Amino acid sequence: MPMALIDLANPTRFVALVERVLPWLIGATIIAFAIGLRGVALVPDDYQQGATVKIMYIHVPNAWLSTFVWGVMSVAALGTLVWRHPLADVAAKCAAPLGAAFTFLALVTGSLWGRPMWGTYWVWDARLTSVLILFLMYLGLIALWRTIDDPARAGRAAAILTLVGAVNLPIIKFSVDWWNTLHQPASVFRMGGSTIDPSLLAPLFWMALAFTLMFLTLHLAAMRNEIMRRRVRTLLLTQAERA
Amino acid sequence: MDLGSHAGFIIATYLVTTVVVALLIGWTTADYFTQKRALAELERRGITRRSASPRPSGVKEPA
Repeated sequence: MPMALIDLANPTRFVALVERVLPWLIGATIIAFAIGLRGVALVPDDYQQGATVKIMYIHVPNAWLSTFVWGVMSVAALGTLVWRHPLADVAAKCAAPLGAAFTFLALVTGSLWGRPMWGTYWVWDARLTSVLILFLMYLGLIALWRTIDDPARAGRAAAILTLVGAVNLPIIKFSVDWWNTLHQPASVFRMGGSTIDPSLLAPLFWMALAFTLMFLTLHLAAMRNEIMRRRVRTLLLTQAERA
Repeated sequence: MDLGSHAGFIIATYLVTTVVVALLIGWTTADYFTQKRALAELERRGITRRSASPRPSGVKEPA
């Protein structure tokens, strides 16, 4: 494990780092959103979708984050089970509600785009169904953490469930290639380059960056909160044992 | 900015996203102040971590 990660195993040092980094991350997020939203306002209508293409600037970043966050949780799960890093289960626990929110937004905005473009809010095709399963898995993980009182035990159980659930990530990614789906195939990250015109692609890049920075900001803030919550819990338990 | 005949779907997308993002930010911020208050309350009662310097009750700090 890199030395920097070992150094951050100290929660006090980690909280101090978060306090220093957060204002910069908040600033970077606001700037990225300002540039992205200005680009969305000025973007030309798509020749097929018309102004509905503006929904893509919300839907695509949230769809990307829905799987990225599970990826982050999977690395954290390895940190819990293999390296036993003390902050790994904190990272995973705090990422889950954010991942659930991004997946919810991907599903809702996808439906709001689908109605005018496909003529329906929902179809049980492979991409939509696998993302819905991802959303349910996020909810399951959050429920699991709330069910087990001891954070360490909850972290280990959640880590196993997270790694099992990671099987869904390649299914989501390649569902549009493996099955005949209504959802279009990959159009941004694909062999042979993006199929999207650069005038539409630049604001998408900024919006994806803005949402990703927002995730990092909220994730670090939530991890700091969780460390404080565990300190409160430990202090109360110690006091109860002494009494 | 002309949003065309599907303006309702576009506005709903941005509205739902704004509400969810605001909830995430509000929830994280409120949680921070809750934990900060709880730690301050424990410290006030003299319950601190071993690594934190204990401050016995009734002992005034030097000015």
